[in-house]
Amino acid sequence: MISNSQLVNKYFRHSKKFPHIWCPGCGIGTILGNMLRAIDDLAIDKNDIAFVSGIGCTGRAPVYVDFNTLHTTHGRALPFATGLKLARPELKVLVATGDGDATAIGGNHLIHACRRNIDITTIIVNNYIYGMTGGQYSPTTPHGDKAYTCKLGNIERPFNISALVEAAGATFVGRTTSYHVLQLQNIIKKAILHKGFSVVEVITHCPTTYGRINHKGSAVEMLKWQKEVAVDKSRADKMSPKELEGRIVTGVLIEKDLPEFCEQYDTIIEQAQNQAKGKPE
Amino acid sequence: MSKKTSYQLMQGNEAVAEGALAAGVSFFAGYPITPSTEIAEILSDRLPETGGKFIQMEDEIGSIAAIIGASIGGRKTLTATSGPGFSLMQENLGFACLTEIPLVIVNVMRVGPSTGLPTSPSQGDVMQARWGTHGDHPIIVLTPSSVEEAFHYTIKAVNFSEKYRNPVIVLMDEVIGHMRARVNLPPRSMVERVNRVQPNMPPEWYLPYERSATGVAPMASFGDGYRYHITGLVHDAKGFPTTNPSEARDNIRGLFSKIERGFREICLVDYELMEDAEHAIIAYGCMVLSARSALEQLRKSGIKVGLIKLGTLWPFPRFAIEHYLPQLKTILVPELNMGQIYREVLRVNAGKAVIEKLNRVNGTIIAPDEIVKTVKGMVR
Amino acid sequence: MGSKNDKRKELTLESHPQITIFSDWCKSCGICVAFCPKEVLSMDENSRVFAKAPEKCIACHMCEIRCPDFAINVEEARPVADSREEKQ
Repeated sequence: MISNSQLVNKYFRHSKKFPHIWCPGCGIGTILGNMLRAIDDLAIDKNDIAFVSGIGCTGRAPVYVDFNTLHTTHGRALPFATGLKLARPELKVLVATGDGDATAIGGNHLIHACRRNIDITTIIVNNYIYGMTGGQYSPTTPHGDKAYTCKLGNIERPFNISALVEAAGATFVGRTTSYHVLQLQNIIKKAILHKGFSVVEVITHCPTTYGRINHKGSAVEMLKWQKEVAVDKSRADKMSPKELEGRIVTGVLIEKDLPEFCEQYDTIIEQAQNQAKGKPE
Repeated sequence: MSKKTSYQLMQGNEAVAEGALAAGVSFFAGYPITPSTEIAEILSDRLPETGGKFIQMEDEIGSIAAIIGASIGGRKTLTATSGPGFSLMQENLGFACLTEIPLVIVNVMRVGPSTGLPTSPSQGDVMQARWGTHGDHPIIVLTPSSVEEAFHYTIKAVNFSEKYRNPVIVLMDEVIGHMRARVNLPPRSMVERVNRVQPNMPPEWYLPYERSATGVAPMASFGDGYRYHITGLVHDAKGFPTTNPSEARDNIRGLFSKIERGFREICLVDYELMEDAEHAIIAYGCMVLSARSALEQLRKSGIKVGLIKLGTLWPFPRFAIEHYLPQLKTILVPELNMGQIYREVLRVNAGKAVIEKLNRVNGTIIAPDEIVKTVKGMVR
Repeated sequence: MGSKNDKRKELTLESHPQITIFSDWCKSCGICVAFCPKEVLSMDENSRVFAKAPEKCIACHMCEIRCPDFAINVEEARPVADSREEKQ
């Protein structure tokens, strides 16, 4: 069990200014910490990890950590990561992206990365709001909730991200919350070890914008809410849809073994090179 | 033929693909779009033969994102598109300019705007190639005017992108892209390959954006033990985001200084019959073909006219014009757009010679005799 | 606050887990205080976190794992033998 001092010493960039940028009580710091604990447990060499992010609060995660880190444009972390993974398949490629970054502007890339089943682990930090820009509603803001661009209540129905990525073909889908920190570490570990496109949806809290606008209370209260509404898949499977209303089903939801993109492309290279043996230079 | 020559009949787009392979490109990501799709098709076959990788992405935004990612992984990368796709690539092109990532975008122009005339030639993306993305940024734009040049300019584009750590655009029109010609291309072993400068200090001391004397910072690949940060935010020498005004100035101005240093090398210009010329035609891309045969006809009728062939549009090779201005009375700039390079020639001319434009945007090309007629009109 | 330091010295002798709070990094979000299973932590009137009942700490590290700012550290209690040797 690595302590915070050891974690900070080993995984944070000492030349970066701390404390980090995220607001008091924001779940992203907790998610980042537990991602690092998962990596530490797996004893992955820091040189072999690429950590890619898009734009938004979550986008600021990679700069703090001592990996190969890439902070891309809004919504485009996944195609950047796809190119990097194909170029250097030996790298463990992790992507951190927010609900807006992943499912609004980045939605098209998300569903195709799932369909392609490229070996990338994507952590989608779902805090129901655009936090960095100050609290506009996002594709996951609950129907009826408020934000600075829907002060009279959100008339749109939110995505169910885990269902969306499952339908798009992701072969590993896990959901948890920033309250369930041990489950978070566990699911991230499984996602990293999974060969194929893995999505870890982490329901988390944004006390500064979403929480304040919708009177959800402090970070502590929002975490308590996560604790109450979460129900593990094992129990949820035995519950009726009625009972599951308003609940968040957590745990490993999907775990399939299907051909991974980079490995399939290696067979293309092999075939092409065999065919090419006959052709003149 | 005593000397063993390897003449081939090759399409312009194919020449681009072969040039990419010759230059060492080992990653292509693209999206189908007329009139550049042949480049993707050919590379989808040829790249895996060389151990390289091809991927067709979900759109052009994903395509350029993927080639940036692969370049960061250490590969020479290229994508190919046309106007509409090039428009979608602009934001990430800006990202690659600021983060100084070597890559090549081939834009085979078709009539725009919008869907326009997909199979008809145009040169309407000249200004987009310069200012398509937001903010001040340098760019290198090469314009081949033959199938052979499509091959050689793609190689130059890859080499410039590696040397200057900057995206390079190969701006072709549909004529050059789709025409076929007999070409005699050098074997791949004879082609010059330039590689990005690698860091040669221990990882702990590596500053990814500390410029060397050439103005270009060494670039390590992800996975080689140099764990560093790349961000689209204005950044300091360590690659970390900064709002410090002097660091921001150094970051942005540094992008320009490295290109300014290489200005003469980057500007590919050829001159034909300019020594005694009193009149000149300035042309690029497929207009060079019409201009060249117009030259012959005009010379036969005793008019001393020469051709300034622009192989580089941006940075604009102003010296190529300034050098001949003293001896020139008139200059004609035929273009398949409303005069996008004509404006640059006007700026450089500063009122010395008479500058005329000859424009066509209807999807057909300007024929030699139209150029001949226009020059004769100007000469009288 | 003189008395607190004397108390700190006793702690090491009584070999409880060593709780350290990096006040420069702590943003007083209250998560560690709220979710410590043994209610070891508390916040003073200036919202500064401190260990009000360190002897109750069972070194479960949950405060560390939950802290969004890595601002709290819990080191396992050194085995009692070491602390006795120090006394001789």
